[in-house]
Amino acid sequence: MGLLSLIFGKKEKKGPAPKSQEPTAPVSKPIAKEEPKKEERPVANKITVGHVHMSGCTGCLVSLADNYEGLFTILDNYADLVYCLTLADARHIPKMDVALVEGSVCLQDELSVEEIKETREKAAVVVALGGCAAYGNITRFCRGGQWNQPQHEGFVPIGDVIDVDVYIPGCAPCPQQIRNVCVMAYLLLKGTPEQQALAKAYLAPLMALASEGSKATSSEACGCDIMTKVINQGLCMGCGTCATSCPVFAITMEEGKPNIQRDMCIKCGACYAACPRAFFSFDVVNQYENILGIIDGAMNPGGN
Amino acid sequence: MDYLGKYKSAVAARSTSAEVLRCSQDGGIVTSMFLYALEEGIIDGAIVAGQGEKPWQPKPIVATTPEEILSSRGTRYNVCPNMSVLKESVRKYGLDKVGIVGTPCQIQALRKAQLYPVGLRDVCDKIALAMGIFCMENFSYQSMTQIVQDHCNVDLHSLKKTDIGKGKYWAYTNRGAVSQIPLKLTHKYEQPGCHVCLDYVANLADISTGSVGSPDGWSTVFIRNNNGENIWNKAVAAGIFETKPIESVKPGLELVTKLATEKITKNQKELEHRATFGVNKGLRNPYI
Repeated sequence: MGLLSLIFGKKEKKGPAPKSQEPTAPVSKPIAKEEPKKEERPVANKITVGHVHMSGCTGCLVSLADNYEGLFTILDNYADLVYCLTLADARHIPKMDVALVEGSVCLQDELSVEEIKETREKAAVVVALGGCAAYGNITRFCRGGQWNQPQHEGFVPIGDVIDVDVYIPGCAPCPQQIRNVCVMAYLLLKGTPEQQALAKAYLAPLMALASEGSKATSSEACGCDIMTKVINQGLCMGCGTCATSCPVFAITMEEGKPNIQRDMCIKCGACYAACPRAFFSFDVVNQYENILGIIDGAMNPGGN
Repeated sequence: MDYLGKYKSAVAARSTSAEVLRCSQDGGIVTSMFLYALEEGIIDGAIVAGQGEKPWQPKPIVATTPEEILSSRGTRYNVCPNMSVLKESVRKYGLDKVGIVGTPCQIQALRKAQLYPVGLRDVCDKIALAMGIFCMENFSYQSMTQIVQDHCNVDLHSLKKTDIGKGKYWAYTNRGAVSQIPLKLTHKYEQPGCHVCLDYVANLADISTGSVGSPDGWSTVFIRNNNGENIWNKAVAAGIFETKPIESVKPGLELVTKLATEKITKNQKELEHRATFGVNKGLRNPYI
């Protein structure tokens, strides 16, 4: 991952020995590197983004589209959508800066496995968009036997098959979260050094989730994370953010602490990602006004 | 380490409403602010600590009427997960402009949620006013019960007000009895999660307030950003608050700084202790 190591000085992942023949194809240099001179056309400075559809319900893509005119702003100013089976007329995965992958990988579906590997080869930055890509989400509950492909029974988060750079948990991650990551990805690849530093700090926790999730084979999220990584660690102070972030209302607050209905949990990872005691960066959150202002400014390039 | 956070100005203040002050914890700042903001349309409703099922147990409510806000006055010194109804406030109650009051950790959670709104669709741009309250530590409901009943010897049903100040925990009854215990006795009941908190005066709120630093019946107020300043100035101009320069009151910001420094230093030590908790193993550090 030449680009990322360039920007982040990414260390080699620790953890278990790498599986043999890990696909570490050379990554294309971003356009910016090849053309240091700005062109007159404003579009020259866009990043290229693709939406790769694995086994998901398209809800994450809908969530991206639910930025409404914000999506047009992103596509007009910051990103060219070079691959998206639902919205763009491209049949094969091209080279791109950022791949937003939705859905988990079906191990019995040859094309899926091929395409996710190809995504890793072709994209500088791979983003697991939503709970299924990041953690398996409800596809974790599949045991096969369903119409019309009963033999499709093994679904794994993409991190089980390839290395992933950024996780966006949640089912579906809300439009604003996807928008924020898009803007930050743009600033990271095309911004001034200052903007790059800010984008880097913003994305760092989501990258940490990804490197955590891509470890070994136990990349499952569930409400239990709140139990094991927060409450059991003596870190919970009962703010209730996990409860309000749960898309299926599986978390209620009892005696000031989250109570997780495990049978309702769909394993999307939203609660843990939202918890202020899961990750909290003073460098980022202390600048909340500045960052929200930058995102607002980016989304209203003409000003209001 | 920035012990008091960024702020534009600090004052001592108190509500001009006798009705608010009758039952408020200190200067009635949060109550009056929300009443005013609601009336002016600055907010459509506010997330506050309403009444829970058990005596003296708070429950987060989305208050959309002055009555609901008034009935949530005072500090109950046990956990009220205000963030837990944030999504509801926008999606169920349909608020476009949300007011929220929270302890420093809750305001931290709020700002993180605005930046990383993982499961909070259309919520992050609807926070119109975030009021923060000073906080040294908090207690679970059971902890508070044991402190009041076992240590102070006061029945929860006859409890009128609890307070923490001057190194003591106070319990006032409806019939006028006052019971106090040294704060030292309450330490073991504190929420463990409070011991890694590095914020005493809600650094990330629009406006923070608390009793420390101002005389009895008054509150110290930090106006932290443009939004807070606009709303505060309007409210003061409307005669909602009487204010005094913070320099003119005793004990003033010196005490706030002292307590903030104490809390944060103690909790930084706790974080260091956690890092080497086991044998070549540590506990998780939430701050990355």
